[in-house]
Amino acid sequence: MSSTITTSINNEKDLWGGGNRPFKASYGKLMMWFFIVSDALSFSGFLVAYGFSRFKNIDSWPIADEVFTHFPFLHGIDAPMYYVAIMTFVLIFSSVTMVLAVDAGHHMQKNKVAVYMLLTIIGGAVFVGSQAWEWSNFIRGEFGAVETKGGQIFQFINKETGERVALDEFAIESHTDRIQHESNSGVWFYGEGSLPSFTPDEVIAGVIANSQIVIKTEKIDANGHKLILSREESLEKITESKNVVEGANLVNNEYGNRLFADFFFFITGFHGFHVFSGVIINIIIFFNVLVGTYERRGHYEMVEKVGLYWHFVDLVWVFVFTFFYLV
Amino acid sequence: MENSTHKLEIFRGLLKFKSNETKIWGVLFFLSIVTIVEVTLGINKPEVLIVNSFLSMKLINWIFVILTIVKAYYIAWDFMHLRDEPQGLQFSIVITLIFLISYLAFIFLVEGNYIFDIMYEGFLSWNF
Repeated sequence: MSSTITTSINNEKDLWGGGNRPFKASYGKLMMWFFIVSDALSFSGFLVAYGFSRFKNIDSWPIADEVFTHFPFLHGIDAPMYYVAIMTFVLIFSSVTMVLAVDAGHHMQKNKVAVYMLLTIIGGAVFVGSQAWEWSNFIRGEFGAVETKGGQIFQFINKETGERVALDEFAIESHTDRIQHESNSGVWFYGEGSLPSFTPDEVIAGVIANSQIVIKTEKIDANGHKLILSREESLEKITESKNVVEGANLVNNEYGNRLFADFFFFITGFHGFHVFSGVIINIIIFFNVLVGTYERRGHYEMVEKVGLYWHFVDLVWVFVFTFFYLV
Repeated sequence: MENSTHKLEIFRGLLKFKSNETKIWGVLFFLSIVTIVEVTLGINKPEVLIVNSFLSMKLINWIFVILTIVKAYYIAWDFMHLRDEPQGLQFSIVITLIFLISYLAFIFLVEGNYIFDIMYEGFLSWNF
């Protein structure tokens, strides 16, 4: 390329013309780093927005241990965080197989690269699947809650055992039919999702009838636990309930602050989408390895570049894990 | 291709691996230990670390944040092999991010805290 140029002036031209390799990295690798830095800034923007909302509602934010309590095949058992911890291990492990693929690529070992790429893809797919499972649990919810006019969530616990009580364990059905709004029955149609299983009145009647039931509010006391009202306060407060909330959507959720579910969907969703696209890119590269594209090209730098992206996704998860599940 | 230029020691030279491959497994081992420590602390929530705080953040949260940054360092340095890159590239990536993110975090968290105080001390009630 520039082998004929010898004078220093021409060399300088060559430098500014892009003929050099800045930081001893190839064009593609440097561009991948550019992308990673800007993507890291997007993620930090989201996480900081989450932190902002959390600091704004610091005395009432949902406690992650009480929200993410599910573990596959252990229904009804309180297992906070174990599953996310396993997801984290899966992702770190798929990161390791990716580095091993890059390393094998440096030594031009085609079969080894292919095997490690395949393991990485499997790890990524397991992670995305786990996240889908996590989402479905989050959306379905377990116990149900009521929401006041001001948007506060009341959860219900048994005064004696101190355990959460699901709505269908105490709500008294009143056998009135609430007709669902449909688009053909009004000029100014507004849609509505599926109706919750109970009306607020049924829940209120249930609380009044069951002397065991007390309200767990969103407020956090000095010891970091949610504030639980006495029976008298519960009876007084329950009359303020306006909506029954089961599970979570973008409008409200049974876990507490509305923003909590929004940020959960947005941040883990955006991260999950990164993992998903990473898996797709890895599959493309995997097939390229199989047909010998990089063997003919003489180097496996492409594996290294998707590797950078894949590790970045892992890196982001480390932060999401800390700020969503641990802190 | 700079194949043979892997730097094989971690912990400032305390631990030196024979090959790049063993280094990767070593780093995985270290990251796993850090994660296990985090999860154990997160599940048990020791009373001492929750009651005491430093710079108005609970000690347990300081531990989580610091361990996360440690993990991020090893992922970037060994998995993304920044350790093997020239210092210029390391700095242009890391310093940019550290500067921008800490600025963003500082300004937003202070603002969030301020709004909390307003809502807490003011006449506005959330529960109308």
